[in-house]
Amino acid sequence: MSKNVYVIAEQRDGKIMKVSYELIGKARELADDLGQEVVAVLMGSGVEAVAGDLAKAGADKVVVVDDPMLAEYVTEPYTKAVTAVIKAQDPEIVIFGASSIGRDLAPRVSARIHTGLTADCTKLEIDPETKLLNMTRPAFGGNIMATIICANHRPQMATVRPGVMQALADCDKVGTVEKFDVEFTAEDMNVEICEVVKTEKKSVDITEAKILVSGGRGLGGPEGFEPLRELAKVLGGEVSSSRAAVDAGWIDRDRQVGQTGKTVRPDLYIACGISGAIQHAAGMEESEFIVAINKEESAPIFNICDLGIVGDLNKIVPKLTEALKKN
Amino acid sequence: MVDFKLTNKQLLAKKLFAEFAEKEIKPIAAEMDETEVYSLELLEKLKKVGLLGIPYDKKYGGAGADVLTYAVAMEEVSKVDASTGITMSVHTSLCCPCINDFGTEEQKEKYLRPLVNGTWSGCFSLTEPGAGTDASGAKTIAEKTEDGKYYVLNGQKVFTTNGGFADVFIVFALTDKTKGPKGMSAFIVEKGTPGMIIGENIKRMGIRAASNVEVAFVDCKVPAENLLGKEGKGYGIAMGALAGGRIGIAAQATGIAQGALNEAIKYSKERKQFGKPLSSFQHTQFQCVEMQTRIDAARLLTWRAAKAKDDHENYTPLSAMAKLYASQVAVEVTRFAVQLMGGYGYSREYPVERMYRDAKITEIYEGTSEAMKMVAGGAVMNAVK
Amino acid sequence: MKIVVCAKQVPDTTEVKLDPKTGTLIRDGVPSIINPDDKAGIEAALQLKEAVPGSTVTVVSMGPPQADVALREALAMGCDEAILVSDRAFGGADTWATSSTIAAALKKIDFDVIITGRQAIDGDTAQVGPQIAEHLGLPQVSYAENVEVDGEYLKVQRQFEDRYHIIKVKMPCVITALAELAEPRYMTVGGIVDAYDSKEVKVWGLADLKDTIDEANIGLAGSPTRVKQSFTKQPKAAGTVLKDLTPDEAVDAIVAKLKEKYII
Repeated sequence: MSKNVYVIAEQRDGKIMKVSYELIGKARELADDLGQEVVAVLMGSGVEAVAGDLAKAGADKVVVVDDPMLAEYVTEPYTKAVTAVIKAQDPEIVIFGASSIGRDLAPRVSARIHTGLTADCTKLEIDPETKLLNMTRPAFGGNIMATIICANHRPQMATVRPGVMQALADCDKVGTVEKFDVEFTAEDMNVEICEVVKTEKKSVDITEAKILVSGGRGLGGPEGFEPLRELAKVLGGEVSSSRAAVDAGWIDRDRQVGQTGKTVRPDLYIACGISGAIQHAAGMEESEFIVAINKEESAPIFNICDLGIVGDLNKIVPKLTEALKKN
Repeated sequence: MVDFKLTNKQLLAKKLFAEFAEKEIKPIAAEMDETEVYSLELLEKLKKVGLLGIPYDKKYGGAGADVLTYAVAMEEVSKVDASTGITMSVHTSLCCPCINDFGTEEQKEKYLRPLVNGTWSGCFSLTEPGAGTDASGAKTIAEKTEDGKYYVLNGQKVFTTNGGFADVFIVFALTDKTKGPKGMSAFIVEKGTPGMIIGENIKRMGIRAASNVEVAFVDCKVPAENLLGKEGKGYGIAMGALAGGRIGIAAQATGIAQGALNEAIKYSKERKQFGKPLSSFQHTQFQCVEMQTRIDAARLLTWRAAKAKDDHENYTPLSAMAKLYASQVAVEVTRFAVQLMGGYGYSREYPVERMYRDAKITEIYEGTSEAMKMVAGGAVMNAVK
Repeated sequence: MKIVVCAKQVPDTTEVKLDPKTGTLIRDGVPSIINPDDKAGIEAALQLKEAVPGSTVTVVSMGPPQADVALREALAMGCDEAILVSDRAFGGADTWATSSTIAAALKKIDFDVIITGRQAIDGDTAQVGPQIAEHLGLPQVSYAENVEVDGEYLKVQRQFEDRYHIIKVKMPCVITALAELAEPRYMTVGGIVDAYDSKEVKVWGLADLKDTIDEANIGLAGSPTRVKQSFTKQPKAAGTVLKDLTPDEAVDAIVAKLKEKYII
């Protein structure tokens, strides 16, 4: 019988990605509801050393598939490895991060083992009656939320966007680590990676920031971000933006928050000149505390903020920066 | 059977026109108006998507669409920029039809093909300083050389739209001064022909982005094989082209009006006075309905004329009535749009002041409103026995 | 080279609105478009066709009969053939059943490369491309932002968050396109005329796919997942909104609140 909640951990260059811990945090909750265990699956080459990090993050067991074939992510070898683990261990639930790797791998796995897959879930919970996994995700640009179930196929599979779930704050137990061998053949490497180029963007991951100062169309131009950068610097945060500002070319796309951008839940989100259309709200409304500054009193952002200021951000933001410097 | 709906094919074409207008023309329309220079880059884009060959046979490299589709294109383009409308219109429904309808097979291969397949653009030189509505008063002459190989043109044309960049000119000149209109002939003149002198852009109130020039002919030798039709057929060729051209102008006027009304309605929803949006005042709504009703009527008249041309029926009185009415609606609606938007409507921050200036010409060119009544007069009066 | 592009007709979600009373989607009057990533895929296919003389581009879509117009648009952009996979029996399919159905259609045609968009803007799942590849047993390269032909191979630049790979993959294969892959060209007016007058949209129903399809894998019944419930998101309860403050008062209000919440 299918059992246990599996997390497909993600590592790049031997470093565990944050989303893996977030998934374990959620998996812990699901497994506890089911009275089952959390198993993290770690794939890579020479990654046994970091397997312990997962074991300390709330996983009861870490399954490590270690092979040179898995050094850099390639669809087929990774699919083969995940499929082998699933076939051997028959999990009840498998969750992946909705990163570009997770979203490449998970559908391939679902097609191979003939089970359902729900993408980009924002909420996962065990139905108290049926014990099925209720997988809730946004659709139509965040206008609609849908709860999806996978009743008759196992495992139940979902991908979860980075930044949506929370890692366990503290975890005193340490899980076990075990190796799982997969027999690879040369044919499994069905594409050739000619080059791996790490993009030298001084890119900050806005999903990791505790404080975000975010700007939108109301900034009027790329120079409008300057005062926001000052404010972010004083607060020790980062600058993010709405889609409008990205589309206008005022700021890089990797700073975009929202349905088509990133989902963030910082402790503080300051929305400056952002109207707060539903597509934007979808990416930030889970933030702990939201401050909105906008001159349009009717802007929808004022319906979701904790503190709203109807006023001119050009006057308020620099003064706020000054005031915080004194603090 | 009456059907006021476009076919799926025409609807897909409309989608293309609207998308192209929104992305390629709208962003530069104000600047082109300001600088009074038509963007040649835009002209190339128009050619590339086939906007300069819409109702022409695939056999010659045209798009193979109907006149109604062309009218839809004219409206969509003119919603954002009337100057692009007239640029397309002079090329498509004044220059090209002369060759399409009266040219020999050789002339079509040599001139119509590049004009409709997106290589060249064309223009139409009929009006003279002393001959406007009364085109029969033209004084430009064309004398055949003794060897019969050339016609030598001498005279002065004015208000030649697209003249600044066109590759092909259709020029009307008298081959027999004694016969008045019956002595007029039409010629295909290539850009760069010695003796054809292109003047400076004429400063105008509206459609300022469009190229519009004087053209002088000083002993300009045109090969005899570039005569269109026969000697003496020029006036008929010109009148025929203008009758079709008016469908385009009617569609242009409808587009200007719809574009202005759309801007005004959008603004009325944003602009608050007396504590509420302008759009919430019943007076605003009533006026907008009045305007939209007229625009819809203008469009239907335009489509009726286009359909008649597609069906090879007598469309001359229909296109005259469509242009008469649509141009009047364009002036009325743009004036309304400026008024509704007040000071901002009058400012160059918003496009409606440009549309108001652009609208006026539709009551004048390709036959004034008065001339339209002359054209349609017979058909209207004779309908009642 | 035989190039196949999979494209989906989707509602233009930037214009999707909710009925304020019922909270359901208002679909009436919402324009339909070719999914943007798929449209980039079509453009990429047309560029490959131009690069390799003698190539053809076939566009395949699964959807209701109304998706005809999306395929005509693809034909008007320059695609050579169009196939609409459409049958009531395919309705209600999740990504698994959709990909099985499309794969069954693709098994009936020749191809060297299949290009799909990364994801559709209505569902945002990014699953159908890789699942088609799996059903056909082909290698996939997802998130392509550049594709070049190199003999029997394709060289693909594929984008991840923090890096890109240059991947050499032997044809036949599946590529999923990012919108960045290619800026779609306009249709041409002549292309639109051809799309209706001289090209056709073939419609393939269940009966046409009987040799390649497993009826247990299609439609709602063949879908492992099911929508249990859908609902509109409840906006968070409104907080305090202050107006008519001087900038200094506004700053004081923000600072006080941040202190109260121990953020600073």
